[in-house]
This record gives sequence, structure tokens and C-alpha cells, in this order.
Amino acid sequence: MSVLDIQSLTKDFGPQTVLQGLNLHVAEGEFVSLLGPSGSGKSTVFHLIGGLLQPNHGTIYLDGENINGQTGSISYMPQSPSLFPWRTIIENVILGAELFGKPDKEKAKQMLQRAGLGDYIDAYPAELSGGMRQRAAFVRSLLSPQSFICLDEPFSALDEFTRVDMQKWLLSIWEEERPSVLFVTHNIEEAIFLSDRILVLSEKPANVMEEINVTFDRPRSEDVMLTNDFIAMKKQIYQTLRGE
Amino acid sequence: MKNWFHQAWRPALVMFVILVGWEFACRMFQVPSWLLPTPTEIGVEIVQGWRDYHHHVLSTVHLTLVGFVIGVSVGIMVAVMLHLLPKVHQAVYPLMILSQNIPIIVLAPLLVTWFGFDDLPKLIIITLVCFFPIAVNMIDGLKRTDQDLIHYMKMAGAQKRQIFTKLEFPYSLPSMFSGLKISATYSVMGAVISEWLGGNRGIGVYMTLASSSFRTDRVFVAIFIIMVLCMVFFGLILLAEKLLIRSQSSGKEDQS
Repeated sequence: MSVLDIQSLTKDFGPQTVLQGLNLHVAEGEFVSLLGPSGSGKSTVFHLIGGLLQPNHGTIYLDGENINGQTGSISYMPQSPSLFPWRTIIENVILGAELFGKPDKEKAKQMLQRAGLGDYIDAYPAELSGGMRQRAAFVRSLLSPQSFICLDEPFSALDEFTRVDMQKWLLSIWEEERPSVLFVTHNIEEAIFLSDRILVLSEKPANVMEEINVTFDRPRSEDVMLTNDFIAMKKQIYQTLRGE
Repeated sequence: MKNWFHQAWRPALVMFVILVGWEFACRMFQVPSWLLPTPTEIGVEIVQGWRDYHHHVLSTVHLTLVGFVIGVSVGIMVAVMLHLLPKVHQAVYPLMILSQNIPIIVLAPLLVTWFGFDDLPKLIIITLVCFFPIAVNMIDGLKRTDQDLIHYMKMAGAQKRQIFTKLEFPYSLPSMFSGLKISATYSVMGAVISEWLGGNRGIGVYMTLASSSFRTDRVFVAIFIIMVLCMVFFGLILLAEKLLIRSQSSGKEDQS
């Protein structure tokens, strides 16, 4: 069970209001994207959920429990892979679990095999490509004990080809495991391709401008990106973001 | 092995040329040996005098090792403490720098006055010169810890203690080793200087005796021994660094 419920969340930094009464709900096993331009306070939402910041108003509930300002409630994958250079891949992916007890190395090995990193279990991050490092970072978040996963623009630093590969890969793993995911991105296609639901954020102060249900069948393949429905949806979101 | 030779032949050649030039000049200008002995004279004294001076060497090595271990421990403790307690850092850091501005030559006799001719004043001197490079380098290393990694650790719910033990401390190890390399050489120098103060054993004592009796060849023997000790020490630190620090050097390029 992991249901995230955010109610009228407001955050000010000094005189500037970054979030204004944000409401957000992620159901069990749902993949929800927060889509917004850079600097729209997407990362602030994560810092609030992660407990690094205290909201000025509003409450964050995870499985019905108030987690305002409480760290360690969610599993997190940052924008940069943030692997420790002196740890091997296996040691890196168990780090999240290690913080809360004894990690399960066997499970980690299996997961790495499935992530296509079987040959790199004992390699150091420096020996891996950018895409592989991001995979390792995602495996780390899957292996963390918290079942709710927050992904913060995980593919924004990758090149176009690697990014599409990674999106497909992420989707395949997610469709098997079905954790609840909150995904932050500024890439419209990525949001449509991956999500069940997209929340389009406005500029500061950030609020949900539009909520879009993505109803394409799962498991999804890359071909869905070329359908008319997909392109129409992309256009609709684009216009919303432009304020038309 | 071949690679090693490839790197070493140039400095070795320079060294050799200097020694040959020295030898040649001394013989040609008939420099008296109390003024400047030839390298061969020094070499002979190194071999023949071994029985007379080897206990001095052992004593110095012992003193250096003990002082180094204490100095390193103090350095690491100071670094960790100042890092974890920013207010103490603010208060004590200037004092730490001032401690390095006291000329050892002045401090040494004072320490003898206060603590006598035992090992204690000597160890204090070695500790004083050793702890500083480690403390300063390590504090910098701890402070420079990658912000992305700290951010991940916080978001993942790491405790402050876990952030320190799992991230900051290992992250600062390369910096600590930069400090260790400096301290390793300083510790030998510190030991020799502290031995000048008094006592009856050690390279410093041997050097003072040689100098006051115009046995210049022995002064050079002492210099030679100090250099060898420094190099051996430095080499040991390099070795420890290689064994302990994994993938750091190759880790640089992955930041892009």
C-alpha cells in the first residue's frame, strides 16, 4: 500500500510564493507525472514530500499518515544518478536499503540482472555509461524499503536516443513491479508515454492547471507515440502550457 | 618493471651527473673534507659507520612513527570535530593556523623547559607539525562533499550520522591522503629537529655531534639518512592510498 495525498500545499520562500494550494493524489500502483516548465516549483514539491522542507500550509499524507517534514518516507531517484564513486554497482544499489537495516544482496543481484546490468555488478560507476548509471539509480530506488517512488527528471541529462531507450526500459520494469510513482518532468512526450495521469503545473506560484488522464493501453510500446491520439494530447498540453 | 625504468632513468641520470660533478670538483679544487667531503667519502662513511650510527637511526624511526601516529590521530579527530561542530570550527580555526606560526626553533627549548628531556616534548613537536596538514586537508575534503550525493542521502532518509560515515568520511579520504603525504615528510623533519634539543640518541643528536666535531662527512650521512627515511615513509603512504582508495582517480571523468 502506498497512496500519496497532498492537500492545499503552500510554500513561500521569503516574499515569493512557490506553491499555492497544490492538491495532488497518487493512487495505489498509479504512475502520475508532474509536468511543468523549469522553475515551476516541481523540485520544491519533492523537497516537501521528502521532508527536507516544511510547508507553510497544507498537509502531505502517505497512506493516511501526515509526513510533513518527515524524511525517509519515500524512495527517491534524483536528476543526476548520484552513485557513490567508491562503491561498486551492487554496493550502490543497496545503499537505500542499507540506511534502514540489512540489505538483501541476492534480491539486488536479481534486480540488476533484470535491469541489464548483470555484467556490471562489481564494476564502479565510472565504468558505466550515462544510461546504465541511471538504471542503477532506479534499481537503487526500487530496492529501497519505501514503496512510494519519486523520480525527479531522471532522464533529462541523457541524449535523445538513450532517453527513449530508458523510458521504454523504465516502463517495462514498472509494469512488472507496479509501484506508485510520482514523476517530475518537463518533457511532454515523456509524460504522456509513461503516465496514467498528468498534472500540468502553472508557473510560479505553481498550481495544477490541468489534469489529463492518459488512457493508452498497457503494456505500452513505442508505437503509441506516433498515433493521432498521442499527438493530439501533446498538442493540448502544449497549448495549456503556452496559456492558450 | 620496464615501465618503472622508463620513468626513473631521467631523474637517476640527473642525480648521477650531479654526484659526478661534485666528486670531480672537490678533487680538482682540493676542497678539504671538513669543508665539503666528496660523495665517495660520504658513501664510505655510510657503510663503515653503520655500526656507530644504526642505533641513532632506529631511535629516530621509532620516535617518528610514534609521533606520526599521534599527529595523524589528532589531525583526523580535529578535522572531524570541526566539521561536525561548525561553531567550534569558527572559534578554533584561527587558533589552529596560529599554532603553525610559532617557530619550532623557539618553541622547542620552551617545551624542554616545561617537560624535561623525555620523549614528551619531542612528541609534542612532531604532533604539532603533523596534525596540521591532515586537519586542514581533511576539513576541506569533508566540506567539498558532492552536494548531489548529500541531497540524495537526505531525501533517502539518511540520519546525520549515516551521511557522515557513509558519505562524507569516505569522500574526504583522498584529501586526507594529500595531508598524510605532507605529514609523513614533516614527521621525519620534526623528529630530527626535536632531537637537537637534547637526549643522547637519534639522527638529530648524531648530526649535532658530527657538526660540532667538524665531521662534515657524517653530517652528510645524516642528511642522506633523513632523505631515505622521508622517501620510505612517503612511499608507504602512497601504497596505503592505492590499497585503500578505490576507483577515485577514474571516478573523476564520470562527473560529466
